[in-house]
Amino acid sequence: MSEPLIRVEGLAKDYVMGSNVVPALRGVTLDIAAGEFVAVMGPSGSGKSTFMNLLGCLDHPSGGSYWFGGQEVSALSGDELAAVRNRKLGFVFQHFNLLARTSALDNVALPLLYGHVPAAERHPRAERRLLQIGLGERMDHHPSQLSGGQQQRVAIARALVNDPQLVLADEPTGALDSRTSVEIMALLQQLNREGITIVLVTHEHDVADFAGRIISFRDGQVIEDRPNAAKDAAAAL
Amino acid sequence: MGGWPVNFAATLRIALLALRINKLRSALTMLGIIIGVAAVIVMIAVGNGAQARVEDQIRSLGSNIIMVLSGSMTSGGARGGSGSQPTITEDDAYALNREVDEIQAAAPSLRGTGQVVAGNANWSTVFYGTSPEYLEVREWAVVEGRSFEQAEINGAGKVVLLGQTVVKNLFGDASPIDQVVRVRKVPLTVVGVLDRKGQNMMGQDQDDIILMPISTARKRVLGSAQQAKSRSVGSIMVKVKDGANMTEAEARMRELLRQRHRLQNGQDDDFYVRNLSEILQAQEASSKVMSLLLAAVASVSLLVGGIGIMNIMLVSVTERTREIGLRMAVGARSRDILTQFLVEAVTLSLIGGAIGILLGVGGATAIAELAGWRTELSGGSIVLAAGFAGAIGIFFGYYPAKKASRLLPIEALRYE
Repeated sequence: MSEPLIRVEGLAKDYVMGSNVVPALRGVTLDIAAGEFVAVMGPSGSGKSTFMNLLGCLDHPSGGSYWFGGQEVSALSGDELAAVRNRKLGFVFQHFNLLARTSALDNVALPLLYGHVPAAERHPRAERRLLQIGLGERMDHHPSQLSGGQQQRVAIARALVNDPQLVLADEPTGALDSRTSVEIMALLQQLNREGITIVLVTHEHDVADFAGRIISFRDGQVIEDRPNAAKDAAAAL
Repeated sequence: MGGWPVNFAATLRIALLALRINKLRSALTMLGIIIGVAAVIVMIAVGNGAQARVEDQIRSLGSNIIMVLSGSMTSGGARGGSGSQPTITEDDAYALNREVDEIQAAAPSLRGTGQVVAGNANWSTVFYGTSPEYLEVREWAVVEGRSFEQAEINGAGKVVLLGQTVVKNLFGDASPIDQVVRVRKVPLTVVGVLDRKGQNMMGQDQDDIILMPISTARKRVLGSAQQAKSRSVGSIMVKVKDGANMTEAEARMRELLRQRHRLQNGQDDDFYVRNLSEILQAQEASSKVMSLLLAAVASVSLLVGGIGIMNIMLVSVTERTREIGLRMAVGARSRDILTQFLVEAVTLSLIGGAIGILLGVGGATAIAELAGWRTELSGGSIVLAAGFAGAIGIFFGYYPAKKASRLLPIEALRYE
C-alpha cells in the first residue's frame, strides 16, 4: 500500500485556560489517502475544529505526530509551516475571509504572492482557477459586489490556485442558504472527482453526505470512522 | 524558499490600498509629520538665511570692525549727542595704528556731503576724507585705476576714488579715470573706481560714495578756517587682526585714547567705541532664537506625529487581525506581515514628509515674500527632513508591525 497523504498518530492538543489544562484532542490516530473526500463531524467542543487546525498547520500539536506527504510537520518551525500551508494546502472558511476592496482576481492570486510566484504568472494562474469554478465574468468584482455563493467560489479558487495536495474546508456552507450550499458542495465533490483530496468539517449530515468517508469526533476522540454509502445519492441531488 | 519577504512592489501596493481605504484617518495621522517636516524645512531655511545675511553684511562692512566716534560735550549740564564735539583726531588714528598690537589698520575719516559735477552731469553724494587704510579696513578693492599715494595724502592731492553708483550717475558706462569732477566746486581728478559693495544692513547704498585724501577734504573741500587748522576727525574705523581678541583690542584702544585725551580716572570717555561685528552678531543671535523655537516646534510635532502613527497602526493591526490570519493561512510568514505593516507605516510617514516638504518650501518662500526675511532653502535640509520622516515611520511603526507578525494564525483567524 502506498504512503497515505496524511498520517496522524496519537495527535493531542491541550489548551491552557488560566490554571486549567483543557484537553481538546486526546490522541487521534488515522490515515487519509490521497484522493479521498473526508467529512469530519461532531458537536461543538468535540475537537473537530482543533483537529482541522492541526491538519492545516495553523497550530502546533501538544503531543503525537503528524506526517503530511511523508514529511513530519509536527516538528516544523512557524516559517516552515507557513511554507507548507502556502505550497501544499488550500483553505476554505465558513465566512470566506476574502480581502475587502480587492478584486476577485487579486484575492485568488494572494497565495501566489506569498509563494514568490513571479508577478507575470500570478494573474494568468488566478484567471484559470476563476474560469474553472465558473466566475470568469466577475474577476474584477470586489467581494461586496458578489453573492455569498460567489464569494465562496472565489475562496475555493483561492484554495486551488497553488495546486495544493489537500483542501481543508471548515464549515464551507455555514453561511450559505441551502440551495447555494448544495451548489458549493457539488463543486467540491466535482473537484474531488478531478483528484483533489478534501477534508471538510461540518455538523450537518446533509453536507457530510457529499463526502466518501465520515469521521465523527466526540470529546476529543474519534468515535466513528466509516465510508459513506450515501455519497452517490447526495450527488444526485 | 527565499529568505526575503514577498516582493516590494506588491507590499507597497497593499500598503497604499490600506491607506486609501481610510483616507481621512491616514491624512489626520500624517498631520503631525507634515507640520514637523515643514517646520524643519522652514527652520533651516530661516536659520541659513539669517546666517548668510549676517555673513554678507560682515563681508560688506569688513570683518572685525570697531568704530571710534567723537564723544559728547557736556556744557552747563546739557549733554550734546555723539559727535557734538570733535574730540578725536587724525593723530589718534595713527597712534592706534602704531601702538595697539591687535589692530591691523585704523583709518580716520571726515565726512561731508555735496554736489558732484562732471561735465553736464551732476549728483549729490557723500564724501569721505580718509587714508588708504580705509580700503584695507573695509576690505574694499579698487577695480579700476589706483588708490591714493602717500604724497597725495600728505600734500592734499587733488584726487578722488568713486563708488559704482557715482560713476554710473556721472559717467554712465564711460570710464571716469583721469576725468575731472568738481566736488563742492573743487576740481579733483578721478584716479580709481571702487568695487561694488551693495546695500548695508540699513539698506543704504554703499556704492554712493566718494573717497579722497583726508588732507584734501580738510583743506580744499570742507574748507572752513577752523577745519583747516584742527586735526579732528568724525570717526576712526579700526580693523582688528584676525584671531585677535576683540574685547581686549577694544579695552586697549580705550586705554590709549583716554591717555591721549588726558582723561582722569572717574571722568567719562569723550569718545565712543562701537563694535559693529557685535551688533551684527546680536542680530544673528536673535534669528538663532527663532530657529531654536522652530526646532522645538518641529521636534515636538515629529514626536507627536510618530506617536500618532504608532497609535493608528496599532488600531489598524487590531482591526485587520482576521486579514492577518488569512494572509498567514495562505502562506505569509511572520516577516512578510512585519514588512507589510512596516512599509505601511513608513509610507504613511513618507507621504506626510513629502507634503511637509512642499509646505515647508512654500512656507519659507512665503516668509521671504511677506516678512522680508532672507531664507535659504537647501537640498540638504530636504534630504534631512525626508530621512527624519522615514526614520519616524520605522521607529514608531516597528512595534505595531512586530505585534502583527507575532499573532498566531489560528487565533488571528478566529478573532471576531
